[in-house]
Amino acid sequence: MLRRHLLLGFAGLAAMSAAAPVAAQETVKVGLIATLTGPQAASGRQKVAGAKLYMALNGNMVAGKKIELIIKDDTGVADITRRHAQELIVNDKVAAISGFSLTPLALAVAPVITQAKIPAIIMTAGTSIITERSPYFVRVSFTLPQQSVPIAEWIAKNGAKTAVSLVSDYGPGIDAQDAFKMRFEEKGGKVLEQLKAPLANPEFSAFLQRAKDLKPDALFLFVPAPTAGSLMKQVIDRGLIEANIKVVGTGDITDDDQLNGIGDSVLGLVTSHFYSAAHDSPMNKKFVEEFKKANPGMRPNFIGVGGYDGMHAFYQALEKTKGDTDGTKLVEAMKGMSFESPRGMLTIDPATRDVVQDVYIRKVEKKDGELYNIEFDVVKQVKDPIHK
Amino acid sequence: MSAIDAKPPAEAAAPPAASGAPAVSPAARLLAGSRWRWYEFAFWGLALGSYFVFPNKLMLISEILILGLLALSIDLTLGYAGLVTLGQGAFFGVGAYAAGLAAKYGAGAGPWSDPLLGLVIAAGAAGLVGFVTSFLVLRGSDLTRLMVTLGVALIVEEIVTQAKSVTGGSDGLQGVMSSNVLGMWSFDLYGKTAFWYVLIVTFVCFWFCRRLVNSPFGLSLLAIKGNPLRARAIGMPVNARLVAIYTISAAIAGLAGGLLTQTTQFASPDMVAFHRSADSLLILIFGGSGHLYGGLIGAVAFRIMQDFIGNITPQYWLFWVGLVLVLLVLFVRNGIVGLMANGWRRLTQKSHEGKNP
Amino acid sequence: MLTILFDGVAYGMLLFVLAVGLCITLGLMNFINLAHGAFAMAGGYLTVVMMNRMGISFYWCLPAAFIFAAVLGVVLERTLYRRLYDKTHLDQVLFSIGLIFMATAAVDYAMGASQQIVNLPPELNGRVEILGANVGVYRLFVIAICGLLTIALQYVIARTRFGSRLRASVDDGRVARGLGIDVTGIFALTFAVGSGLAGLGGALGASILSMDPSFPLKYMIYFLIVISVGGASTITGPFFASILLGVADVAGKYFIPAVGGFIIYTIMVAVLIFRPQGLFTRSAKR
Repeated sequence: MLRRHLLLGFAGLAAMSAAAPVAAQETVKVGLIATLTGPQAASGRQKVAGAKLYMALNGNMVAGKKIELIIKDDTGVADITRRHAQELIVNDKVAAISGFSLTPLALAVAPVITQAKIPAIIMTAGTSIITERSPYFVRVSFTLPQQSVPIAEWIAKNGAKTAVSLVSDYGPGIDAQDAFKMRFEEKGGKVLEQLKAPLANPEFSAFLQRAKDLKPDALFLFVPAPTAGSLMKQVIDRGLIEANIKVVGTGDITDDDQLNGIGDSVLGLVTSHFYSAAHDSPMNKKFVEEFKKANPGMRPNFIGVGGYDGMHAFYQALEKTKGDTDGTKLVEAMKGMSFESPRGMLTIDPATRDVVQDVYIRKVEKKDGELYNIEFDVVKQVKDPIHK
Repeated sequence: MSAIDAKPPAEAAAPPAASGAPAVSPAARLLAGSRWRWYEFAFWGLALGSYFVFPNKLMLISEILILGLLALSIDLTLGYAGLVTLGQGAFFGVGAYAAGLAAKYGAGAGPWSDPLLGLVIAAGAAGLVGFVTSFLVLRGSDLTRLMVTLGVALIVEEIVTQAKSVTGGSDGLQGVMSSNVLGMWSFDLYGKTAFWYVLIVTFVCFWFCRRLVNSPFGLSLLAIKGNPLRARAIGMPVNARLVAIYTISAAIAGLAGGLLTQTTQFASPDMVAFHRSADSLLILIFGGSGHLYGGLIGAVAFRIMQDFIGNITPQYWLFWVGLVLVLLVLFVRNGIVGLMANGWRRLTQKSHEGKNP
Repeated sequence: MLTILFDGVAYGMLLFVLAVGLCITLGLMNFINLAHGAFAMAGGYLTVVMMNRMGISFYWCLPAAFIFAAVLGVVLERTLYRRLYDKTHLDQVLFSIGLIFMATAAVDYAMGASQQIVNLPPELNGRVEILGANVGVYRLFVIAICGLLTIALQYVIARTRFGSRLRASVDDGRVARGLGIDVTGIFALTFAVGSGLAGLGGALGASILSMDPSFPLKYMIYFLIVISVGGASTITGPFFASILLGVADVAGKYFIPAVGGFIIYTIMVAVLIFRPQGLFTRSAKR
């Protein structure tokens, strides 16, 4: 144990002075930068739980190397994310970093990973542009346009002529509202107004009232999952559903982890998303079961799956390179990779390094006394519509 | 009774806080204050030495120095002029974005992306904002000042998030490429250049602040802090002095912001955010205000504690940090510097204590 | 239009109940207790636990939250806060931020980081028409409770023996003590009531404001805004300030959604520039 540390220390010093690429080593380290404190803490928990679960189920040996996960808390502040990334790369000699709960946090590491040639696996953040900012970004989560377009189509098909969108005012929110508007208006609908609530906003009543007074056929919602609960409470409380406004959104607003807490009032709500804890596949059943066993009181959501798949992508890439931890080779190995995840089939687009996956249209229903998003329609292998 | 009356007037007139000499003229006091002491050499020596001792913590050290510089800027207003502020993050952010924009438009090569020029721009922009807003803090109680400065910071944050075309909105400002420092050293991944750059700039700023507070100007600030009415009564231009120190403090905060942008290659709205202002004030109080070193030492102690506990328990480090703060207030006066001064005093057991005000 | 006014008033009322305890401690003891939100969080989380885990009625949660937070307040006052009355404001700030950190991490540890959601009893859900405005029943309920509390508080302070002792202690603690008023006891009781009100506010707000471990820090700014605009040391000042801010916030977001978020800050800065002592202070003596 001590000897390994010493060896690593020497390796570190040698690499420091020569700035040489990482030498072959027994242990391969992976950094996981998650937001574990502050308002976004809930998402960090899911991610860490997902990644740990993957390692628990699949062992920690890949291509003859031992995998070690190093978890850091960035508190949701971009310059701390960046510092952790830099320290993980320089000190811990990680082969890859992963995590990133919010878009600005991912963007902050772009210069570091480009310079260091270390892959960064995005497990949550969902703005389209992220993967364009560095050739070392690989995304296994989703992009907001990818999720918003199917629901725009669905709602247009189901008779909505006018719509209002309400999103959180930050990168992914803007992406979501723009993608929704684009596709909805292509299908002959009209977006009456695009409302943006401050990200740290606890009180949506004014925005919802405005949406209600505009009398649209549909209301499209997106907020980051940790705030979804209170938004949905207020949507119900404000009587938008009684006013015959079809409330739809991305799956963030009926987040699996919180759905039961929101209560029966959201029954029947239709959303589009790439993952539901109720997804019908043997793999997902096992995933949900093991996840609940390892984390009492939590139910896996799309962030947990992101953590799980992020580790999978790394394992597979390392397998492919036969244990070679060169960052560029790892990214090459991940390009075009295709595998089954608890969410369904997932492919890393070789051109954009972004995720291509099925997006499901789901409805909130009660199953075995719990609320679930039950999938009833699917758009196959959706690419992000904004990437060229 | 008569014995008390017989005391020489000079001793009675000497302020109790002054050093042990019976009568101190202002000039002598300033001279005494501006002499470099062994512990100051020790502090900067340690900062320098940390490069060799912790070669793989350079980024953390740079971050600490930047934070310390921000806290130092608050010390100027709080510790010397008695102005409470909860909005220093505004100046930090203005500086960060100013330096970031300059570097971005220079695109890593042109004259605009020179880091030193960037710092000048950062300090200038923040100083300007500081000057304009300084008139808001001249009136009112501590609480009013706290809230006005906080309000200004929140408004600046809102402007930064709204002005997407300039600042990149909530995604932050990307593509910040500073050219090499003095055309020679580029910012490397190990943070070596960043470390030296930040250390030297911080030291220069510190040296400037040290000169400032040990000047007649600094002394007049202490007088204003002690009793603004009396200061005004003896003909001191109180408002002008406060405006001046507030502006200087804002410029230094902006400089710190510029340093952060240049060494991290991006600027994001959380550089303006409330927690930035609150953390820096917290760190200053933690370290002890009114010593110039409080901010720096507070930043070192706070961040090391946070990093250390955070590595043990990434989820619940906040609890232990909170506990330390509570205990510190309950059992120690004037932060860590106070603790150290106390310890030193006990150790030496000398009666002529209180060399540092 | 009327709906907006109504929502704003409800929001403002809630803010008032949450913040009034802080106003009293600040005005009375000149003590900055930034950890005030932690008491509100205690009340909110107690409600969550009682309703969601034990299935106790929401109506029982309200008094329980008050008592729980009040007891918590008095215990902390006697053991910790008491020792800080003679320290500087900055020490108090550092101390109470430390308490916030501890409360945040402790709640996170005990209850998890995700948002807690309270499901109200069915009769409080839904909406009714009043004066042509479509308003939520629960908001009506909040306004009623907070209105009653305000009247009760005002009555206690202005009309009762306790109230006059309290006012005497605020105006001049030394003289009050000299007249045989148990200032220390009054302080402790007031602190308890203030904390209790915060707990009640937390319970009432649990379903409107989101309850998560970062609650005390998130709302600290709002409390301080209420106090600085309203002025400490009375309760009518913060009351009107809360209503004003609630209405301005909701109306701002409704009518100009693009900038609505920071109208509240602009108002605060404007008020403080022209009236540094706050909008509704009795006199400018402080």
